[in-house]
Amino acid sequence: MTDSADSSLIRVPEVGCAPRGSDAEIRLASLWETPPGWRGWLSTVDHKTIGLRYLVTAFLFLLLGGIEALIMRLQLARPDQTLLTPEQYSQLFTMHGVTMIFLYALPVLSGFSNYLWPLMLGSRDMAFPRLNALSYWLFLFAGLFLYASFPLGQAPNDGWFNYVPLTDRLYNTGPNIDVYALGMVLLGISTTVGSINFIVTLFRMRTPGMSIDRVPILVWGTLTASVANVFAIPVVSLAFFMLWLDRQFGTHFFDVVNGGKPLLWQHLFWMFGHPWVYAVVLPAMGIVSDALPTFCRRPLVGYAPVALSTMATMLLGFGVWIHHMFATGLPSLALSFFGATSMVISIPSAVAVFAWIATIWLGRPVFNTPFLFFAGFVLLFVIGGLSGVMVAAVPLDFQLNETYFVVAHLHYVLLGINVFPVVGGIYYWFPKFFGRMMSETLGKWSFWVMFIGFNAGFFPMHIAGLLGMPRRIYTYAPNMGWNTVNLITSVGAFVFAAGLLLFLVNVVVSLRRGALAAENPWAAPTLEWATPSPPPAYNFAVIPIIASRHPLWEDWVDEGYGRSSLETGYLLMEGRETLGTTPLDARPDVILKMPDDSYAPFFLGLFSSLVFAGMLLHAWDFTGLMVMASSLSLIAWLWPSKALAQRVPAIKTDKGVAHV
Amino acid sequence: MSEVMQLDRPLPVGSEGKRAGGWWGLLALIVTEGALFGYLLFSYFYLASQTQQHWPPEGLPPLGIASLNTVILLASSGFVWASERCIRRRQLQWSLASMAVAILLGAGFVLIQFREWSHKSYDMTTNLYDSLYFTITGFHLLHVAVGLVILLLLLLWTALGYFDDRRYAAVTIGGVYWHFVDVVWLFVFTTLYLTPYLF
Repeated sequence: MTDSADSSLIRVPEVGCAPRGSDAEIRLASLWETPPGWRGWLSTVDHKTIGLRYLVTAFLFLLLGGIEALIMRLQLARPDQTLLTPEQYSQLFTMHGVTMIFLYALPVLSGFSNYLWPLMLGSRDMAFPRLNALSYWLFLFAGLFLYASFPLGQAPNDGWFNYVPLTDRLYNTGPNIDVYALGMVLLGISTTVGSINFIVTLFRMRTPGMSIDRVPILVWGTLTASVANVFAIPVVSLAFFMLWLDRQFGTHFFDVVNGGKPLLWQHLFWMFGHPWVYAVVLPAMGIVSDALPTFCRRPLVGYAPVALSTMATMLLGFGVWIHHMFATGLPSLALSFFGATSMVISIPSAVAVFAWIATIWLGRPVFNTPFLFFAGFVLLFVIGGLSGVMVAAVPLDFQLNETYFVVAHLHYVLLGINVFPVVGGIYYWFPKFFGRMMSETLGKWSFWVMFIGFNAGFFPMHIAGLLGMPRRIYTYAPNMGWNTVNLITSVGAFVFAAGLLLFLVNVVVSLRRGALAAENPWAAPTLEWATPSPPPAYNFAVIPIIASRHPLWEDWVDEGYGRSSLETGYLLMEGRETLGTTPLDARPDVILKMPDDSYAPFFLGLFSSLVFAGMLLHAWDFTGLMVMASSLSLIAWLWPSKALAQRVPAIKTDKGVAHV
Repeated sequence: MSEVMQLDRPLPVGSEGKRAGGWWGLLALIVTEGALFGYLLFSYFYLASQTQQHWPPEGLPPLGIASLNTVILLASSGFVWASERCIRRRQLQWSLASMAVAILLGAGFVLIQFREWSHKSYDMTTNLYDSLYFTITGFHLLHVAVGLVILLLLLLWTALGYFDDRRYAAVTIGGVYWHFVDVVWLFVFTTLYLTPYLF
């Protein structure tokens, strides 16, 4: 073998430093930057661009779902309103749920994680940059797909958990449910490939020295959510696919007349649904666990218990799905078991809550906007958690099932544990994203308006539920005793919306006029704050070497393992390269060749979405054509490339002839 | 982590064997696909246990052809494994031959499965059992088809001289997908063909 063939397959990585403006740094920038214009826009695989796209798209869906909610609150503000027809109301509450739960709650967290993971882990990108792009495009197209029938008045209309037999073709003849079924399968592909990307990134892409007990809690949260998704997404995709077969091809899975079982749908849906609930909150809890200590000026109390309780929550989360089905007549032994697990799950949640409280208690809190959002989140989490324990009790659930009490609970949980940390997280990482600070005054206003509006809007729903108001009714009679609570709820909803609007105004104003941000404006401990704001395309000029959990706090929090090396590290600049490390100890293992920008993810996403469009319209020739196009895109993507060292190098030593 | 990390060790570059990102990604894919089949079989057992119908409605499934097909599929896995071994031992010709045999066996499985389908007197709309039978075997057949395309690509790439004993991660990764498809068949076969004899 000749030396030239060898060095492209194995080499000693060069260690050095590359300060801004040095030749090495300029070379890195030219290697990693995406060309401007529409070509770069369609082909970029930069995790930071994709992360921001996720965030913006998810926020647009949040606004859409929010507007749907406000229209419903107008309808319910007073009894006997006629703003909406029952059918319109059904479509609105269904699309509100679908949008918030599937198109906002997880994608927005994927946005944070996509942007932050490589920066927190000291890598130059995710494990699969092109897969990352694919996951975004599929999410976008699936969102558009789910909304395609909305303007035609044919949107999904049987609630987000879509129970059979109401959704059988016999009772729901239009395309509404088919759009939902196929859209969910498409979205499932996006979530799955995104989750696989996170899992492999965690195990392979951490910078040397960042052993498994030194990763930020956000990483634990997203990892746990991703592992759960890998196990849980197939079941909902399968359930929706079987429903589509029932509706379009006359199979009998859920068909009562021919021996099918409607309860099978409920089992399949909630085996997915409950783990999903934790998937949309655990990364958000991770945001708080990472960002709250920055404002308390001390490390998180109980890193290991919080990381372990994150995983324990998810593990238990796979064994509680029947608490959504207490009122379906299952044997009482099953109910007792699942009721008990549902209560046990409050233990790991409490571990996290006490860790946050202890962190605030033992620290020296700085009361600025992100801190307010995180502290507010802790309070809302406790309220939502307590009402959760209440409905986990089987007898109480018999009373409260399908009432507004459940609606109140799930909004406390989903808004409290998702929206508040997300908005707080934007305030926190905005300087890193855009290099500018957000306005503190407007920020505090937005928090208090949101916090007051939220509680005014959702707390009375508990009472409406206790007064017996069922969920999903489009109006009610004036003598039911529900008038006052509903009016307060509607007013609160609009106040909350105004608070969110203030936040958005703050974003827009700060993008233009915010004070310029330094590298680490909050004096935070984690690695993403070691990069310039906003970070360059290559993230880290050198791959740093980490010696502690808080690399930027080593001056005053001594963990006894020496100092991290941030200025000097691996250069890795023979093409787009980054370092792969071993899964647990994060020792250098391989020099990973990273792919260039590529159109393949966009086209694969587009063609596979068109496959689903063809299936919806029963255009089988078109579907077949699009399957072919998707396959060709995938084959082009996977074709072994010399640049990624997937093939042997050009010089074939055995024959002594150069092949191209 | 008290010992000093060695930074000047030579490291492999790019997609090297099980260090390749693709290997890890495929393992994760196998987990999620395995879960998919797990839920399919869960649906089968759930409905079988809840139904009042005679199960399976057409009587016990004949085992002959399906067992033969099982053997064929397992044999193809063996040849895929041998094909990878041959690349590692720099026996490219043998590797190509072995892969070609594996593809023929896989194609044989598909043909026999289609024959099995066409000999049924019913289709997926006849009754609940048939909905399950055709959906489960259909899902599996789809995976076999994808696997065959992968094996064909591996054959092509090996023939083009892309791989030798230093770089062949694609063969390892594609191969383990094929093994996965075969292992899943054992579960499908056990569920659809063997368990009716037990209950």
